[in-house]
Amino acid sequence: MDKPVLRKRNKMRGEQRGRHVTQTAQEQIRDLLGSETPRRDLLIEYLHLIQDEFGHIAADHITALAAEMQLATTEIYEVATFYHHFDVIREGDDAPPELTVRVCDSITCEMYGANELVAKLEGIVGDDVRVQRVPCVGRCEQAPVAVVGMNPIHQATEKQVMQEVNANNSKAELPNCIDFTSYQESEGYATLKKIVTGDIDNESVISTLEDSNLRGLGGAGFPAGRKWRIVRDQEAPRIMAVNIDEGEPGTFKDRYYLERDPHRFFEGMLIAAHVVGTDSIYIYLRDEYAGIRESMESELTKLKANPPCELPHIELRRGAGAYICGEESAMIESIEGKRGMPRLRPPFVAQVGVFGRPTLEHNMETLYWIREIIEKGGEWFTSHGRNGRKGLRSFSVSGRVKKPGVHLAPAGITIKELIEEYCDGMADGHEFYGYFPGGASGGILPASMGDIPLDFDTLNEYGCFIGSAAIIVFSDADNARDVAKNAMSFFEHESCGKCTPCRVGTSKAVKLMSKAEWNQPLMNELSKTMMDASICGLGQAASNPMNSVLKYFPDELK
Amino acid sequence: MAANPEYMAEIKTIEFNLNGNPMEAYEGETILQAAKRNGIDIPHLCFKEGLRGDGNCRACVVEIEGERVLQPSCMRMPSAGMVVHTDNERVLHSQRMVLELLQSDVTESSYSRDSELDFWSKRLAVGKPRFEARHNPTADLSHPAIAVNLDACIQCTRCVRACREEQNNDVIGYANRGSHSLIVFDIADPMGDSSCVGCGECVQACPTGALMPSKEVGLLEPDRKVESACPYCGVGCLLTFNVKEEKIIFVEGRDGPANKSRLCVKGRYGFDYIHNDRRLTTPLIRNTDAPKVTNIEELTEADVKKMFREATWEEALDFAAKGLRDIRDEKGGNALAGFGSAKGSNEEAYLFQKLVRTGFKTNNVDHCTRLCHASSVVALLEGLGSGAVSNQVAEVEDAEVIVIIGSNPTVNHPVAATFIKNASREGKTLIIMDPRRTEIARHADHVLQFKPDTDVAMLNAIMHSIIKQGLVDEDFIKERTEGYKELAAHLEDFAPEVMEKICGVPAETLHEVARVYASSKASIIFWGMGVSQHVHGTDNARCLISLALMTGQIGKPGSGLHPLRGQNNVQGASDVGLIPMVYPDYQRVDNPNAQARFEKLWDAKLDPVPGLTVVEIMEQITQDNITGMYVEGENPAMSDPNLNHARHALASLQHLVVQDIFMTETALFADVILPASAFPEKDGTFTNTDRRVQMGRKAVNPPGIAKQDWWIIQEMANRLGCGWNYTGPHDIFAEMRLGMDSIKGMSWDRLEQEHSVTYPCSDSEDPGQGIIFIDDFPTDSGRAQFVPAPFTNADELPDTEYPLVLITGRQLEHWHTGAMTRKASMLDAIEPVPVASINPSDLAKLSLDNGSTIRLSSRRGTIQCFARIDDGLAEGQVFMPFCYHEAAANLLTTDALDPYAKIPEFKFCAIKLEAGEQH
Repeated sequence: MDKPVLRKRNKMRGEQRGRHVTQTAQEQIRDLLGSETPRRDLLIEYLHLIQDEFGHIAADHITALAAEMQLATTEIYEVATFYHHFDVIREGDDAPPELTVRVCDSITCEMYGANELVAKLEGIVGDDVRVQRVPCVGRCEQAPVAVVGMNPIHQATEKQVMQEVNANNSKAELPNCIDFTSYQESEGYATLKKIVTGDIDNESVISTLEDSNLRGLGGAGFPAGRKWRIVRDQEAPRIMAVNIDEGEPGTFKDRYYLERDPHRFFEGMLIAAHVVGTDSIYIYLRDEYAGIRESMESELTKLKANPPCELPHIELRRGAGAYICGEESAMIESIEGKRGMPRLRPPFVAQVGVFGRPTLEHNMETLYWIREIIEKGGEWFTSHGRNGRKGLRSFSVSGRVKKPGVHLAPAGITIKELIEEYCDGMADGHEFYGYFPGGASGGILPASMGDIPLDFDTLNEYGCFIGSAAIIVFSDADNARDVAKNAMSFFEHESCGKCTPCRVGTSKAVKLMSKAEWNQPLMNELSKTMMDASICGLGQAASNPMNSVLKYFPDELK
Repeated sequence: MAANPEYMAEIKTIEFNLNGNPMEAYEGETILQAAKRNGIDIPHLCFKEGLRGDGNCRACVVEIEGERVLQPSCMRMPSAGMVVHTDNERVLHSQRMVLELLQSDVTESSYSRDSELDFWSKRLAVGKPRFEARHNPTADLSHPAIAVNLDACIQCTRCVRACREEQNNDVIGYANRGSHSLIVFDIADPMGDSSCVGCGECVQACPTGALMPSKEVGLLEPDRKVESACPYCGVGCLLTFNVKEEKIIFVEGRDGPANKSRLCVKGRYGFDYIHNDRRLTTPLIRNTDAPKVTNIEELTEADVKKMFREATWEEALDFAAKGLRDIRDEKGGNALAGFGSAKGSNEEAYLFQKLVRTGFKTNNVDHCTRLCHASSVVALLEGLGSGAVSNQVAEVEDAEVIVIIGSNPTVNHPVAATFIKNASREGKTLIIMDPRRTEIARHADHVLQFKPDTDVAMLNAIMHSIIKQGLVDEDFIKERTEGYKELAAHLEDFAPEVMEKICGVPAETLHEVARVYASSKASIIFWGMGVSQHVHGTDNARCLISLALMTGQIGKPGSGLHPLRGQNNVQGASDVGLIPMVYPDYQRVDNPNAQARFEKLWDAKLDPVPGLTVVEIMEQITQDNITGMYVEGENPAMSDPNLNHARHALASLQHLVVQDIFMTETALFADVILPASAFPEKDGTFTNTDRRVQMGRKAVNPPGIAKQDWWIIQEMANRLGCGWNYTGPHDIFAEMRLGMDSIKGMSWDRLEQEHSVTYPCSDSEDPGQGIIFIDDFPTDSGRAQFVPAPFTNADELPDTEYPLVLITGRQLEHWHTGAMTRKASMLDAIEPVPVASINPSDLAKLSLDNGSTIRLSSRRGTIQCFARIDDGLAEGQVFMPFCYHEAAANLLTTDALDPYAKIPEFKFCAIKLEAGEQH
């Protein structure tokens, strides 16, 4: 063991315990916070302000911020160190260079050479730039992806990255979306107005939703209409929280829609707020989507300046690099300015959510479809479908196919159909070998099981699920062990650390999967407990890819 | 706690099924608790009774039929008809796997004899872990009292919850994420450098020994455990002394009514002073050639050794008593005085005052209550007819608004402060009024940082506002009080808009606080020495009493007045008559009925003239009217104001008997020193700030031939002709009950059994009255009396020569004059040198910084110490604890007295600040 820490400070001089606020840091923090009384729930926003201003968060800043917020320093430190987009610097630590190049090393990007890219970049960027491996940045169809500052580079090569670095192009590009004016010109917000004025009554909105059988598109698939009824019956004030922490490796559909038509989502959101009766809305957007954040901010400003109806209180919140905040209760904790650690249920979010209030929580895409479903009727939505399934799904397809991207396809379509009909087949020189039907957590299936309808519930019997409909296709150039290990490393990296089966389990699973020979009985034992005893979906599903390899790819284990 | 059948009958029960058998759970019980009560143990690690459940370790998972995944039994409540399995293969598999995962990461070396992880692993037959271990952090041994070995940490966060939710010290955090998650102190600082206050609640909470007492004490098996109480402040925490080979090796919190198993750094780590090699072990008599000198700071240990010679008990007692007897017989009893102790037991204090009254034949008996809450007691007796607290600290649970004025409870009453912080966390309104912004202000809703010395202006302004806002309780005033009209007229001149300039608190805030306090369902006021230790201390307290009376905020749950008592038995010592004007139970010596009652009980003639108080006695010594003294367990040579004066007085005594456990500063002036017993060396009852009479029990023997205090007092008394024959504390207690109606219902046996009983307690069935003044006040009319208080200034205001204000008080680790704590190794290691807290700008003016040596001088003396930056002090204010003999703050303080209570003004005198000799 290393040498223990013994007393450092010279207590003989009578110095006080703990830290005290330095004047410089106090002034810096006060400048950043402005004159308003600081709010506990905005802690993560404040940490962003500090990180953006100084490129890191110094110990002195934490001490000063704690004093301003009447919080303990450790409360701030634990939040700041939970989120990976904050660089906390203690005395003696080196501050990070001004520019960071983040290279995604999750499944699809790794398949497309992320490791090699990192190795090359590390050799050439120099001391002024930090190269950081990061988990999925939500651009899998463009793999491999590097992000220079906030500026994402598609199909990144070291040459391109260096070009952008040298040109100091570190800003996110603003998406070219349908803006407020154009949206209104095409009948935008007309449906909302009809609902607010009572031309369409609330009850019929909910019935239409129920007819459409629209289910939560974040992955859990809870029927939207039923959720509205449950939350509507809770005691006011009620709150709405929108989950755009899209972080499941392979998933990029929310980004896709928001880059194109954010007001369609806003309209659905406002309809939900009206029908369910929520008087405030928190939109939680992952930090990686900087371009979308900028455009959403400006579109929201336009909306608020010229509201189609009386608007509820709306706040756009910025994530800070934590996949777990896509878990609904972890997201609520994060909205409250805390670490994103999932809550135990019961009580359910619908009863006790944000700030202890009944909360309607939706994935962005669920709300995105509301307008169209109300305008065209529930039957329109259910008229789509294949192989006995009904509705439409936005498949985020990436990996070894010719045309990756978001493909809106009938629910129940099989992977083989999807590849052939929507993706123009496999990439040249690649033979279909296997696929993740639902992102990193939804398990892995071999090509031989390519005729299963892809929808909620259809994959359960195979130990898989469709989740957010993120399909990663891999080929004979890849192997299931590697992609499964990549997925497990992702979960280890993203586990919040609260419960033993997930915190310790994911870490031990990565170690077991790194061995040349897999200890299959022990893996099975471990997996059983991770699935059965973890607090939230992350830990419960983390072992799916490992189990799939054990079950469907026995040849790789010989 | 003993089950109360009537109460139990009201609790709803829920029928469910556990492992195939029907089971009943009480409402609010978890599956784990219900199972345990029915004899079925489910493994658990992150769950601990008294802490909020967190459900993170997952060792307690069970199967609930109909649910997809296993559920933590520590969090889930049974519902009617629920079918639960705690022992099927699926459940046991995961319970074992969780334990194995945790075992794989912790070190094989052991820090604790009772690791809960090892216990459950053994119980579930978990073998050698099959997983690779994590990389473990290094040990953190930076704290003198607590060893941090995170290689034994299982991330259960019990320490986090103990530190943050139970004690509300907010030092421990759970930082980073996932497998990098780590227990940290502040910003991942070494524990010894962090803001940790050393309460040790985390150690008590840790299930694996990752947090343990330092020096591997956790691996020792105690020979015996003794259930006793804490020897320090007035909160009255119950604790357990763990004894091995006749030494206390560690202390644990016990579930007492005032502490619910919590302790602070003094209670938990301040016990080894009793084993200090400087303990007095044998009687000492001053050598005839050793003069009494006043420059005691300059004395070396060798000097002191030369001053005294060892003596037998017989010789020492004879010599001690003869000196006093001669003075009494020659000059009369009033030439003698006695200072008893607020640290000794009720029985000792009772005996001591009885000795002075019947043996010395004078009422010149007092103790340090004079220096603490004398003014509060005078005002309370005058206004309400009783000097005790109206409600107990625990009632913050029932309060809506909690006011703390002139008190720094996180330092002086740390465990009481935890309950106040808990209440604040639960959303109750906390209002702090103090010239110094202290730690608890962080938890407050309103902080009124008023100018020192302006309490009356501020409080009168608040009362003025209450009247103007129409928020007085007219019914209460009409039915329960007298003198309101005069008060209301007096308050006319105290409009907040006028007073804000004097007290420095904006009028708007005064109005708001007035509204919040007056209109709440229940408001309670706590105060400390910041209120009482002024020349207008009595007036300060009168204001608080009027405030409570005019709003009817007294005599009901969560609503009342609570002067926080500073010493473990200052309440009890006062109750049993260790003050010059009253017999036990505050029966006045000049009341003929009381005199008759005690003349009969004690079979002695008593002096009907009230005696002199502490500072008055010192003055009379100077004037040679008092020439002989008996000081038992007090240290006036440190605790009195204007020490140069006090020390000269002590040196001039013809005969001074000192009874103590150490060679205190006072003992240096003694003619004879009688070695006594420390708290853990004796049996006796002690009364805390809440009026709880609690049993202290002997854990070890006194060192050498040191004796029990009650025995020494009796030996002295008998040599002064008293003829006593007590056989022990129980005997003395039995006699006390004959003179004290308040404790009539408490027998020694009852206290032995219940550990703690509140007075008033009228008979053996009476559980004790936590709230008093419910129906009337113990005054002649049954009504309370309003007493208007004029605004006056401190005795000595700053001027150009002495431009700063000195505030004295205590600090967390050192208690009172430091006689005990500075000889407690761990406390002394945490705070080893004298420090004065100062606003950084005052230091900057002299180009000084944190840790600089400074010199503080008043018109009465000069001391040198280290500077400590404290942003909570306003510019021009200096705070200094009075525990440092090498820099005794009381050399600077003034002995100006409050005219009613004779309490000195420890909280305000003018000083100047200079750079000291830099080392």
